[in-house]
Amino acid sequence: MSRVLKFISARWMVTYAVAYMIFLYAPVVLLPVFALNDATIIAFPLSGFTTNWFVVLWHTEALHGAIRNSLFVAVTAAILSTVLGSFAARASARYSFPAKRSIMGFIMLPLVLPEIIVAVALLVVMMRLGMSLSLWTVVAGHILICTPFAIAIMSSAFQGLDQSLEEASLDLGETRVGTFLRITLPLVMPGVISSLLICFTISLDEFIIAFFLTGTDVTLPVYIWSQLRFPTKLPSIMALGTILLVLSIGLLIIAEWFRRRASKKQGLEASPTGGFV
Amino acid sequence: MVNKEGRQGLTLISPTLLYALLMLAAPLAMVVTFSFWTQDYLEVNTTLTLNNYREAWSQPLYRVLIARSLSISLIVTFVTVILAFPIAYYLSFKVTRRKSLWLFLITVPFWTSYLLRVFLWKVILGYNGVLNTAFLELGFITEPLTFLLYNANAVVLTLAHAWAPFAILPIFVALEKIDRSLLEAAEDLGDGPLRRFFRITLPLAMPGVIAAILIVMIPTVGDFITPKLVGGTDGLMIANMIQIQFGKANNAPLGAALAVTSMVIVAAISIVIFLTGKRLGGRVK
Amino acid sequence: MSVKRNKPIIELNKVTKSFGTFQALKGVDATIFEGEFFSLLGPSGCGKTTLLRMIAGFEEATSGTIVIGGKLMTGIPANKRPTNMVFQSYAIFPHLSVGDNVGYGLKTRKLPKAEIAAEVEKALKMVDLGGFSDRAAHELSGGQRQRVALARALVMRPKVILLDEPLSALDKKLRDQMQVELRNLQRSIGITFILVTHDQEEALIMSDRIAVMFEGEIAQLASPEELYRHPVSHRVASFIGVMNFLKATTTVADDQEITLNIPSLGTVSVPASYMPAGMDADTVKTIGIRPEMLTILFDDADKSTCRVEGTVTSTMYYGDMTYYSVKLSDHDDDVTISMRNTAGRSIVPAGGLVQVGWGVESIVLFK
Repeated sequence: MSRVLKFISARWMVTYAVAYMIFLYAPVVLLPVFALNDATIIAFPLSGFTTNWFVVLWHTEALHGAIRNSLFVAVTAAILSTVLGSFAARASARYSFPAKRSIMGFIMLPLVLPEIIVAVALLVVMMRLGMSLSLWTVVAGHILICTPFAIAIMSSAFQGLDQSLEEASLDLGETRVGTFLRITLPLVMPGVISSLLICFTISLDEFIIAFFLTGTDVTLPVYIWSQLRFPTKLPSIMALGTILLVLSIGLLIIAEWFRRRASKKQGLEASPTGGFV
Repeated sequence: MVNKEGRQGLTLISPTLLYALLMLAAPLAMVVTFSFWTQDYLEVNTTLTLNNYREAWSQPLYRVLIARSLSISLIVTFVTVILAFPIAYYLSFKVTRRKSLWLFLITVPFWTSYLLRVFLWKVILGYNGVLNTAFLELGFITEPLTFLLYNANAVVLTLAHAWAPFAILPIFVALEKIDRSLLEAAEDLGDGPLRRFFRITLPLAMPGVIAAILIVMIPTVGDFITPKLVGGTDGLMIANMIQIQFGKANNAPLGAALAVTSMVIVAAISIVIFLTGKRLGGRVK
Repeated sequence: MSVKRNKPIIELNKVTKSFGTFQALKGVDATIFEGEFFSLLGPSGCGKTTLLRMIAGFEEATSGTIVIGGKLMTGIPANKRPTNMVFQSYAIFPHLSVGDNVGYGLKTRKLPKAEIAAEVEKALKMVDLGGFSDRAAHELSGGQRQRVALARALVMRPKVILLDEPLSALDKKLRDQMQVELRNLQRSIGITFILVTHDQEEALIMSDRIAVMFEGEIAQLASPEELYRHPVSHRVASFIGVMNFLKATTTVADDQEITLNIPSLGTVSVPASYMPAGMDADTVKTIGIRPEMLTILFDDADKSTCRVEGTVTSTMYYGDMTYYSVKLSDHDDDVTISMRNTAGRSIVPAGGLVQVGWGVESIVLFK
């Protein structure tokens, strides 16, 4: 009897898990489907195969500008958040200092703060200071929301770093700078790369902050938002989304690979949840 | 007195802290200040007044929007966490090989453009959408269902999808931390699977559940893309109004007052949830 | 087994260390000599690791001075000190090969590559890892990691090698083997070793001298034999092995002899030289006897030894040894007696009456 129950419960779990994954992937799977569908209306039934929508992208000048802007924002935000995140992660992993919990909690706050609040807050400041909105204001906002992720990733990198490794290096006559270059940096490098990629991806996708803080130069998501109003533009937006999807997944896989290599280098089992939690 | 280690730690964290103070604390303080000012088209009047709050709290429209935002966000949170728990449980207790692959697969959809994901739900739920055409084809229905899109249900479904990984991961982590011998001990002391779950597993997973609830609830209150794309007029939320006040309506102080109001309410609810969770099972650290 | 008293290599003068309000070290004085195998022994939290890390230069003394090789070390960082450390976790750099690990410090000294390679191979041979230079760090077993850590310190030819519980991560068999190897290696190269350990047996086997530490202070600093035979306090006596304590009072004392009344054993006289320094006849309150110094007398025993009657309350069989708990009259606790199990001798069961024999020479006097 209990064996039957066990079997049913095991089956039930698997069925549920599969259904859940279908739910998670339903919209994602549709993206390439409509990107390759030969119809201007985004609806079923499908009418035929075409790669035309990708070609359209190639000829859309406004899109290219948005891509350039987004790349600039994402690269800058990724580098600066990783730097800021590394400082904080190192401090929290290695030192105890007054008000540590409150300080870390405050820095991690954007993780739970509604993005619209972050956006509005920065907008108000820019308005008061009379600063004009530009890509830099978007970068400023993105650093704020990317830094907690960078901290999470770098924290696991630094926590995996046995403190005695750095002490051993000093003990063997190496200077602090030399120790950083020969021991610390090589061991956390995979974490750095993984953080850069994750922050890049977040910034590339971020819409709300960009929407509020962008000036005349729009980023890619803001451009997409503006195009969603025009039904005829939709298929090419689907194509664009497909490219972004493939790019994001590619970057994520690379980031994940680096993160695991980091753990492996340090002789540890990679925690499956990684730096995301 | 701060010792040497404390000083080193503070020095190291100071750039990040400084940035957060400058770009987060100061702006947030600014929003609060702003909410006590007034704006007439482009002129900002810095006389302190409670008028914005008076308007925000008395106008039925804003009250409806705030109430709706809260109820939608609470429903989304409830649905998301309830749906996420079995998955987290399955991953933690049933999956033995390739755990990280599963987790990776769960996080992948989250990393695709949020805008497009929301938009694609519109495609799935729409009049000529995937569901309707599929059901018509299968003969379940004779004409397209209209209750799928442009209402609060659509908002709930879309947000539950968008926040899924944020609910799964904290619960999964909490479950992973449970020492498996505790479960064996419970069984050894006579608990069946169900009793064991409610007496051991659930209380120990509570911190993760609370984290999941807060992580999902707080940001969803402030979402405005989903309501705008799939919510119709019945699904609009307070964030849409904040956006309008800062944008077209040119009344930033009122927008700020609305933002502060919703933040305070959300913070209050969060504290209540946190404390309740602590009493329920949070004796575990 | 006296060490050639060479020059002092390390001098600790009233070294203290506070972490906030907690005093980890309360004024440690000690001199460690060249070529000595010196151990810091104590329970966890006694400050032994802190002291070692201060010698290495990872912690600064709150007050007091540390002199190494005649040079005052105050303010000198770890990378400028003539000491090298074998870490408890070994701290093998995971991204470097065995050879690069061992050659790490030499590379800092900017030696030519060929010379580094030769030195590394020499050091690896010393720890029986010749030819391991190209192995990756993660391919090593626990024992091999320990050897690499040692080679990495040896290759620097420091004045002192500091070992922080270097064998605690190894299993019993390997640990026993490494204790002997480490001891022999130290003897052959003559570098001063300072070992931190909580394992009294390990300290006894390996050291020339041992400093027993409790709560940030050195309780006794002596050779292993001296420490075992003449512990200065109850605490030291119980930390190093097992000791039976019996109540005692002095009845007569002169320059030659001390006569003690021990309720559970009777009246005995010991030579006056048994009196530890800093104690006099009035301060003697207890005596100590090691379990192996008490014997259960069987029929074949020599009738001349001092003896007293007792009842066996329980036995513990160890294979080569049997530990008896025996109740003596006029003594509250049971005394522990260890007996070597010899052929044809059966174990006295609980409840059995036995004759307990003991020798005057095995008595230690305590406050």
